[in-house]
Amino acid sequence: MEWMYLVPALPFLGALLLILFSGKTGKAGVIAIGCGSIGIAALITIIAGWQFLQSGIPAYDQHLWEWLRVGDFSIGMNLRLDALSLAFTFVITFVGCLIHIYSTGYMADDPDFARFFACMNLFVGSMLMLVLADNLLLMYLGWEGVGLCSYLLIGFWYKDPENGAAARKAFIVTRVGDTAMAIALFLLVQHTGTLQLSVVLERVQTLWTSGDETVVWIAFLLLGGAVGKSAQLPLQTWLPDAMAGPTPVSALIHAATMVTAGVYLIARTNIIFNLAPAAQAAVAITGAVTLLLAGCSAWVQTDIKRVLAYSTISQIGYMFLALGVGAWSAAVFHFITHAFFKALLFLGAGAVIHALHHEQDMFRMGGLRKSLPGVFLVFLIGSLSLAAIPFISSGWYSKDQIIWLAGVTERGSSWYAWAAVLGAFITAAYTTRMMVLVFFGREQTHVHHKPGPEMMIPLYILAICSTLAGFLELPHTLGHFTWLSDFLAPVLPAPAVLHADVAAEWGLQAITAGLAALAIYLTWRLINAPFPKKAGAFLRSGWGFDAAYDVLFVQPFVRVARLNRKDIVDKIYTGLAAITRTFHRMMSSTQSGILRWYVLGVVMGAVLILSVIIWRHSL
Amino acid sequence: MINPTTAGLILAGILFILGLISMLIRRNIIFMLVSVEIMLNAAGLAFIVAASKWGQPEGQVMFMFILAMAAAEVSVGLALILQLYHQLKTLDSDEASRMRG
Amino acid sequence: MILLAFILFPLIGAFLAWASAAVHASLPRWVALLVMLAGLILAAGIWIQPEPASIAGADWRYVYHQPWMPRFGISLSLAMDGLSLLMIVLTFFLGALAVLVSWDEIQDRTGFYFFNLLFVLGGIAGVFLVMDLFLFYFFWEVMLIPMYFLIGIWGHGHRLYAALKFFLFTQAGGLLMLLSILGLYFVHGASTGVYTFSYAELLQTPMAQSTGRWLMLGFMAAFLVKLPAFPFHTWLPDAHTEAPTAGSVILAGLLLKTGAYGILRFVLPLFPEASHAFGEWFMLMGAIGILYGGQLAYAQTDFKRLVAYTSVSHMGFVLVGAFAFNELAYQGVVMQMITHGISTGALFMIAGVLYERLHTRELEKMGGLWAALPGLGTITMVFVMASLGLPGLGNFIAEFLILAGSWQAYPWIAVLAAIGLVVATVYSLRIMQKVFFGISLKEFKLKDMSLREAVMLLPLVIVIIWLGLFPQRVIDTAAKGAPSVAFQNKDK
Repeated sequence: MEWMYLVPALPFLGALLLILFSGKTGKAGVIAIGCGSIGIAALITIIAGWQFLQSGIPAYDQHLWEWLRVGDFSIGMNLRLDALSLAFTFVITFVGCLIHIYSTGYMADDPDFARFFACMNLFVGSMLMLVLADNLLLMYLGWEGVGLCSYLLIGFWYKDPENGAAARKAFIVTRVGDTAMAIALFLLVQHTGTLQLSVVLERVQTLWTSGDETVVWIAFLLLGGAVGKSAQLPLQTWLPDAMAGPTPVSALIHAATMVTAGVYLIARTNIIFNLAPAAQAAVAITGAVTLLLAGCSAWVQTDIKRVLAYSTISQIGYMFLALGVGAWSAAVFHFITHAFFKALLFLGAGAVIHALHHEQDMFRMGGLRKSLPGVFLVFLIGSLSLAAIPFISSGWYSKDQIIWLAGVTERGSSWYAWAAVLGAFITAAYTTRMMVLVFFGREQTHVHHKPGPEMMIPLYILAICSTLAGFLELPHTLGHFTWLSDFLAPVLPAPAVLHADVAAEWGLQAITAGLAALAIYLTWRLINAPFPKKAGAFLRSGWGFDAAYDVLFVQPFVRVARLNRKDIVDKIYTGLAAITRTFHRMMSSTQSGILRWYVLGVVMGAVLILSVIIWRHSL
Repeated sequence: MINPTTAGLILAGILFILGLISMLIRRNIIFMLVSVEIMLNAAGLAFIVAASKWGQPEGQVMFMFILAMAAAEVSVGLALILQLYHQLKTLDSDEASRMRG
Repeated sequence: MILLAFILFPLIGAFLAWASAAVHASLPRWVALLVMLAGLILAAGIWIQPEPASIAGADWRYVYHQPWMPRFGISLSLAMDGLSLLMIVLTFFLGALAVLVSWDEIQDRTGFYFFNLLFVLGGIAGVFLVMDLFLFYFFWEVMLIPMYFLIGIWGHGHRLYAALKFFLFTQAGGLLMLLSILGLYFVHGASTGVYTFSYAELLQTPMAQSTGRWLMLGFMAAFLVKLPAFPFHTWLPDAHTEAPTAGSVILAGLLLKTGAYGILRFVLPLFPEASHAFGEWFMLMGAIGILYGGQLAYAQTDFKRLVAYTSVSHMGFVLVGAFAFNELAYQGVVMQMITHGISTGALFMIAGVLYERLHTRELEKMGGLWAALPGLGTITMVFVMASLGLPGLGNFIAEFLILAGSWQAYPWIAVLAAIGLVVATVYSLRIMQKVFFGISLKEFKLKDMSLREAVMLLPLVIVIIWLGLFPQRVIDTAAKGAPSVAFQNKDK
């Protein structure tokens, strides 16, 4: 565990080396540095995790150096390994490593190979910083760092201005949330005098009682940061556009890790949210509404990556719902399974896209079951998880737990549970639609070349993980195995279940499974059924959020910028100068050189003065 | 009604106005100089009339000053006009103006 | 004595450089570089040294005092504390880089050019060191005139307009400050019988509330113009745009800092009552400047003009922090002065490097340069990120401390200022998009950074990252120079 600092340091070092020697190391060197650093980091994580499990201590702290100290306010470069950060660190390094290996195949022909791996390494380093930070400021460093890498990688193919626009949108929209989070930090600094998480969470409990105005504000502002990063309502609009980046990027950043940073933040500060019931309810409602809206949008997309993007938004909505009802560990559970199966789906989609020479439109795919059997198999496994097919898919175990807890916990409500069930129906529907369009039916585009082993092996590993990860937790109906939540218990309190009833849970599971089966059947039958055009376009554009923001924020700002390009304030000064110049011109025009005008002027002046004097005297 | 003082002042006034008008309407610089002389003399006349009215010598002293000044002015003025004529071959004051505001 | 060296080095070097031009046209730049490096080594040496025992009860590291015109209470009085030390290090650091920037750019009248450059730097060093208000005004004006020549002679298109505007604005502010200095001189003389310009003695001037406020506004006029704060900022875009690269670097990196320094050093300690009374308004002014500067930065199409407006935005943070009256904000202001000098200076250098290659500053005529200039692109990315306040780079520390501090004073102003972070993202990313990303208009055959350019840009990259990860050294140094009033909240 003493080597823990190497976990984020190695990816950073790798990024630094790749930037410094960009293009001089050759492809093999880039692979060695890029994958090697992440791989070693993953190994260290596993070793450290093993030691951590053995030691049984609640948390391991590592002090690197004092970052800044102003008066009594002190922030250290401190890392903290506890159950929650270990879970995240493991997923980040492990999935990150697999995606790096996959990328060596996917990006093999790209001239900017080194830049890609530099950015990816920087991302992994920042993400690790985010989850390992022991204080909120360091977490903010990672938080913004992953935002930067997301920006760099979405706009990786910089020659297309649309990619640049998508990249900037992602950065700016998340920055809106980040600013809210920053304000939450200011509030915490003001009231608790520190940002060190353990101290903050301790002081928060003594400072405020449940529902106090300040703590509710803090929780809401933290939620603002979380919805920005995790692409939840109302800041979800950037994620579908973020698919402009290379597919491994979408898998790593926009599915498995970065977008779940919001989940991590809320889980980490669960004590604050516990004190702020209003904010926690907002988390649950955000999650429930987002999972439904995004699910509907996923249902009508034509671009395979956009389907997955909306599905990611929707699945994170489940995590938020879990957080909102106090089922903290269920959210983390779903994060883990989602990281595996969504990374798998994205990488599988990447393999398809790669094989079809960068074709992303699902309506031009089809019949790939035969030409890409390996990809079909793993994609099917991922889809089963996404659609939450009972018993055999990891997605079912985690989603079922959320659906169940959403209804029965103290802060839950049956509304949440029904929203989640409906979401499961929609999920199954769009997953089936995607599967059918891509792998079944008639072949429309010929397979260009088949993915090599460096792409297939990570896919197989992820497929195994997304099956096995479900067995970390088993529901009451299946023996109630709770390894993960027990492991997380020191950090994340268990949900306050009001009325646990195994029969009701069976019923709920049956309903969910039935609905999923119905969804699959209906989609299978109605795959080519016409869809109302206007409604389709509306859903496809993500419920018109983009258009609304464009009218509300972007257009006014651009218009003001266009109107006020020349700096209206400068008009005051140039106006002053213009007035002076006018006077100057008036005066100089009297200097005509015509003597008689001068004389006349003198006479008029004399007459004026005399008449004034006479008038004054006559008064 | 009209006593000598009033008559003298009116005469001075008329002379001044005449000088002024010719100053304003003439373009020949020599005539303008003459007009200035007329105005100066009108002012001198007014001084003398006033001096005789009050029985004080200062008015006449003032006239002496005016005479001296007029003499100096004419000599300088004529010299300038001569130079101007040499340079510009004209005595028209408007033509001589090189200023354009 | 060592303090006198910091002022005399550049001033004597200025004359040497001018004279050396007679020998060879390329000699002045070597003279200038050597002088700046000597000053930098000296300043860094002081900084690295363990702190000497404080002198005269205050936190002065060095004091130099020599009566000059005792009749009028004017003395050659210099002093250095943590704040001025940091500013001196920054002056010589950026000064040396400014010489490097001008290496090839300036071809005609090199002697006179480097004379002016060094003279500005001498004036700036003087401003940061003098502790006598008469001399302060003197050096304030010394900075002005050579800068006028730098812009007016070696600038771009509308250089005369820009130089005149710069001169008139700063001169008008400076004259108001002179009035206030004289006012303070006579108020102090009338109440104590001692007529003096000495900073230390004027600190304890008893004065009526209204007098204090008027005098404070006089000082603020000069500093607000120099900072520049909204709405007195309009000279800055013109001056920055038209100035030669080194001129822009010095303007943004150092000249603007004299305004901030003046507020911290003179306005707050001399007029604590008035500062508290007007504090909220000045903070509001700063917040408006942040947003307004950001909006205009976004609207610009000229690279240097864009960066100039980002300066307006960033210096708004200084104004917000300076009047928040707590230690967090004070430290943030000092950090912001340094990091803004470095990041904006770097952006102007990059603009200069691009101008040398493309002969344009128009963003619309750039685009897609990453393929041709990956090295420069990477460095630009660092400073663009610094400008939008990415954690891990120095500017973040500054902005975080300022906002956290001002939140405690006036939350709603801090919120306004925090919105500036979003605006900063918008305009900063626009730079990258317009210059390095997107479609290139033509096939650029450009060579990436030369050795000289790498030598002048890489130290800036290292420093900005160092400041972001290890800011404690600067914070400790600045804490020693903090005027105690800057921490005192009204209520306490």
